[in-house]
Amino acid sequence: MVIAVASGKGGTGKTTIATNLAASVDGNVRYLDCDVEEPNAHIFLKPTDLESETVTLPIPEVDQSKCNLCGVCDELCQFSAITLMGDYVMTFPEMCHGCKGCMMACPTGAISEARRELGVMEKGQSGHIEFYHGSLRVGEAMSPPLIEHVKEQIGADMLNIIDAPPGTSCPVIAAIKAADFLLLVTEPTPFGLNDLKLAVETARLMRIPFGIVINRSDVGDGRTAEYAEAENIPILMEIPDKRKIAEAYSNGILMVEALPEMKEKFQALYQNVLSRITETNN
Amino acid sequence: MKELTIISGKGGTGKTSLTASFAALAENKIMVDADVDAADMDLILIPSVQHEEEFKGGHYAVIRKDLCTECGECRERCQFDAISEDYVIDKIDCEGCGVCVHFCPVDAIEFPQRACGKWYISDTRHGPMIHAKLGIAEENSGLLVSLLRQKAREMAEQDALDKIIVDGPPGIGCPVIASVANSNGVLIITEPTLSGTHDMERVHQLAEFLNVPTMLCINKYDLNPGISENMQQYAKSHNIRFVGAIPYDRDMTKAMVEQKALVEYSDGTAAQAVKSIWEKVSSVVFPNN
Repeated sequence: MVIAVASGKGGTGKTTIATNLAASVDGNVRYLDCDVEEPNAHIFLKPTDLESETVTLPIPEVDQSKCNLCGVCDELCQFSAITLMGDYVMTFPEMCHGCKGCMMACPTGAISEARRELGVMEKGQSGHIEFYHGSLRVGEAMSPPLIEHVKEQIGADMLNIIDAPPGTSCPVIAAIKAADFLLLVTEPTPFGLNDLKLAVETARLMRIPFGIVINRSDVGDGRTAEYAEAENIPILMEIPDKRKIAEAYSNGILMVEALPEMKEKFQALYQNVLSRITETNN
Repeated sequence: MKELTIISGKGGTGKTSLTASFAALAENKIMVDADVDAADMDLILIPSVQHEEEFKGGHYAVIRKDLCTECGECRERCQFDAISEDYVIDKIDCEGCGVCVHFCPVDAIEFPQRACGKWYISDTRHGPMIHAKLGIAEENSGLLVSLLRQKAREMAEQDALDKIIVDGPPGIGCPVIASVANSNGVLIITEPTLSGTHDMERVHQLAEFLNVPTMLCINKYDLNPGISENMQQYAKSHNIRFVGAIPYDRDMTKAMVEQKALVEYSDGTAAQAVKSIWEKVSSVVFPNN
């Protein structure tokens, strides 16, 4: 089973919900931090025994001596990553999407496969939590293939929790795809509501069942609750804006450690999600 | 003409609230909302759209069932697992690389342009604004951001505007790179948390990588004064100009609810801090004004 935690807007509390949920459930949990541009879950889960693996993308390398300057690679490449310039074929590795089209199409076999580093994936253990995260190399533009690599670690043997990046475009899609349930974390402000609506559209487009968690539920206005009711979207949890929670967060301390009474609420959230997944599957 | 880009690494640290206040404080400028995934600045600036255009970025592949012989060539070559067993291409998974189109032996695959969203030129009570709406689950956000900045430069040139102020997206990936590259200055707004620290350092590394001078301000600095102090030390030792700290102030959210920029709504401690930050940032990036 896969539960993904997402939000249109950044900073609404995705990582807070995902880490505290993981810490609160009984039994083994696999945690996959797919916010590879700015991964933060490790700050709270403090995984140990870290193993690191470099993740790469296939890019072309041209042997000019074999090249007959036919220009097929240039014509095929949609991303201007390989270009025929006079009597020389130039590559722009940072532009490459890794489709391997140039290598497959080259009639003289002049193009071989090199690798571009996308970032690293780290694995560690934090109590009952098997922890994975991706960390995008600074300067690298493409996060989806790194996110997909992290997601390859998902297994049916235990609960998988995905911490997704903000937004609604390709990195989010890569992170939430094939999830059984989506928790959309929002805050009841105009920005929060606007971006929640985008996240709801995304969830509906992907046909993933979802519910809302309202963080800092006593700031802003009541329009988020009105929206949820009008759209018939379940509000699965509300967390008030408490200084103690914010301070614990600022110091990298889990909410369920700072306020142990919250653990029951996260367990209830999990049970609620479980029953909704079972309902969907029937 | 000079360009300022506001970014944060971590989302939700107050980028758009700060930028909307800059819109109210700056003269003779054009605003750009480059957070094309989840654009929010329009909720404060209430733009009236003057010009709207479709944004087409790249292509996607479509198999024509009447011509397809189901030979398997495309499925074998696609690196993105975008083609199903019954030869339908998932538009969301399709990377638009054209490999299937190239290798299809019976030319059964079409390759139309992809409409990824819309972009707009608008009027606001604080002058012109360029913004966009990327379609849900769409790609090419970096390309769209580059387009918005290009249009802003053209308009600024044409109308003799000397400042471009860009509200950037969170993260460090493709649309952030497109927002920061070749800008005259980056202002990072962060919050005093360990997550904020981690993300601020990464986005600063990106600005450094792209060779753009960086400034730093801290929102809600009083939430954790110790971490705020460490962040200022980091700025000092990394050649980042520290331009100010904003206290936690509920007026920030109240202003948003009232669809106003903080400096329009309040004259409180946070608003004062934002004004002072603008003075400093403006003297660095727009020194001739």
